[in-house]
Amino acid sequence: MKKELVCTVCPLGCHLVWEDGILSGNNCARGYTFMIDELESPKRNISSTVKIISNNHRLLPVKTSAPIAKELVKKAVRLLMDVELSAPIRLGDVVVSDIFGTGVDFIATRTIF
Amino acid sequence: MQTDLVVVGAGPAGLAAAIAAKKAGVERVLVIERDSEAGGILNQCIHSGFGLSYFNLELTGPEYATRFIEQAMDIGIEFLFDTMVLSVATNMVRALNANDGNIYVECKAVVLAMGCRERTRFAIAIPGTRPSGVMTAGLAQRYINIEGKIIGKRVIILGSGDIGLIMARRLTLEGAEVLACVEIMPYSSGLSRNISQCLDDFEIPLLLSHTVTEIHGKRRLVGVTISQVDENRRIIEGTDRYIECDTLLLSVGLIPENELSSDAGILLDDVTKGPIVNDYNETSQRGVFASGNVLQVHDLVDFVSLEAERTGRAAAKYILDFVSSTDANRRVCNADQSEQQPEIHTIAKENISYLLPQRIVLEDHGDVDIFFRVKQPIRKGIVVVYCGDKELLRLSKEYLAPGEMQLINLNKQDITDDISVEVEVLR
Ligand code: SF4
Repeated sequence: MKKELVCTVCPLGCHLVWEDGILSGNNCARGYTFMIDELESPKRNISSTVKIISNNHRLLPVKTSAPIAKELVKKAVRLLMDVELSAPIRLGDVVVSDIFGTGVDFIATRTIF
Repeated sequence: MQTDLVVVGAGPAGLAAAIAAKKAGVERVLVIERDSEAGGILNQCIHSGFGLSYFNLELTGPEYATRFIEQAMDIGIEFLFDTMVLSVATNMVRALNANDGNIYVECKAVVLAMGCRERTRFAIAIPGTRPSGVMTAGLAQRYINIEGKIIGKRVIILGSGDIGLIMARRLTLEGAEVLACVEIMPYSSGLSRNISQCLDDFEIPLLLSHTVTEIHGKRRLVGVTISQVDENRRIIEGTDRYIECDTLLLSVGLIPENELSSDAGILLDDVTKGPIVNDYNETSQRGVFASGNVLQVHDLVDFVSLEAERTGRAAAKYILDFVSSTDANRRVCNADQSEQQPEIHTIAKENISYLLPQRIVLEDHGDVDIFFRVKQPIRKGIVVVYCGDKELLRLSKEYLAPGEMQLINLNKQDITDDISVEVEVLR
């Protein structure tokens, strides 16, 4: 089996080629893990925003604490629509915990006082 | 007001330059910012992908900014927010804000870190009406990520720069339908990873060698005409296609924001649109330095931070060794030294669009980083560096793209004449 992919683990974006169990084009070991994940169970990180009540900000940026299964991405983002927080929130605070039982959280990516 | 170093702009370049200068021993550093907080464009870049080379971590824009902002606060860098700089000279910066009115800041050196702005519809002259719903990708990013506004439901993106690609994903996840990303060139100017994770993941078509040829709609955009173009970017007759949409995002390039620089008489480079600098990132105006996207549009913020740190240290050296030193012969920078030293230029040759810095100072030792971009994507090429007629270096590269800035490092001891760089294409 042959599969060509762009490794999205880091901005170098290596062009990976997988041919019968052999990987070429990767610049580091993470490229290998990425290819295996893409073949078996692709995962993605998500960044989004949630409403926050504060003096000078309307939105708090958030991200997943780890990649989650690709097919959960759209559903996970929808979870955030009902969230409304009040300042202060600190960078790293958990905003939604354990998304669909994956053990992955949405966490704040900045501090808003 | 008095200070030692004024930094214009509190984005990633300004923050890194200010921190580096302060750490190198400059007593007072003042950062002037027109927004009400520091961080610049990073605040609206909520996606991750920042910091991999600098921190060895994949951070989001706000996380990356926070690390610099907190450090700047900790070491006592001063900030003036909601303040617009009106003019710059080596020893005087004039600014304006609502509380203090006119502000005159006396200083010893200046770092320009104003960043860049987006090219608009008018910069690329798309014909048609002028309805609402046509905006730059970065503006859309601000509406969505900072202001919490929905910008439209059926979206076409013109240009495949990184911000456009990132917005394609963000809009899709926020419930809008992104119909296509249209790119006039036969290749994308964005990072390959963004094509993959922002377009391919959501099955958004990337239409290469296509462009928007007309905008339709009176009050609100109702549709665009797109057409195919040939290799000379001329529209191919008969390929017109009408697409119904309410929003057109433009991701068609960035221009360094250099009005302050040109008003100050600083020489600009026709290709980079940023100041012409030496390897200290000092402009043609003695004691005025430049860094970040105001100097050259970068692909990765990590490189902005590194470049700005070098610039901050150079500004510190200038202030400490030269301005504050009583020995008038000591100079670290080359703005008006022509009699004593041959001026070394860098020259972009075959397949190279520009080299930075444009000048190299030979009064000290050490190494010099030269950045360049290729004009078009090259599969398998050899980067050749010449010093005068002599070949200095040959580097073979698997893949070179205009969207990916390249770096060569030279030892100043090897430099005796102008440096030129070219890429030989292997077939
Ligand atoms: S293979 Fe390694 S270096 Fe290449 S893109 Fe993936 S993570 Fe980055």
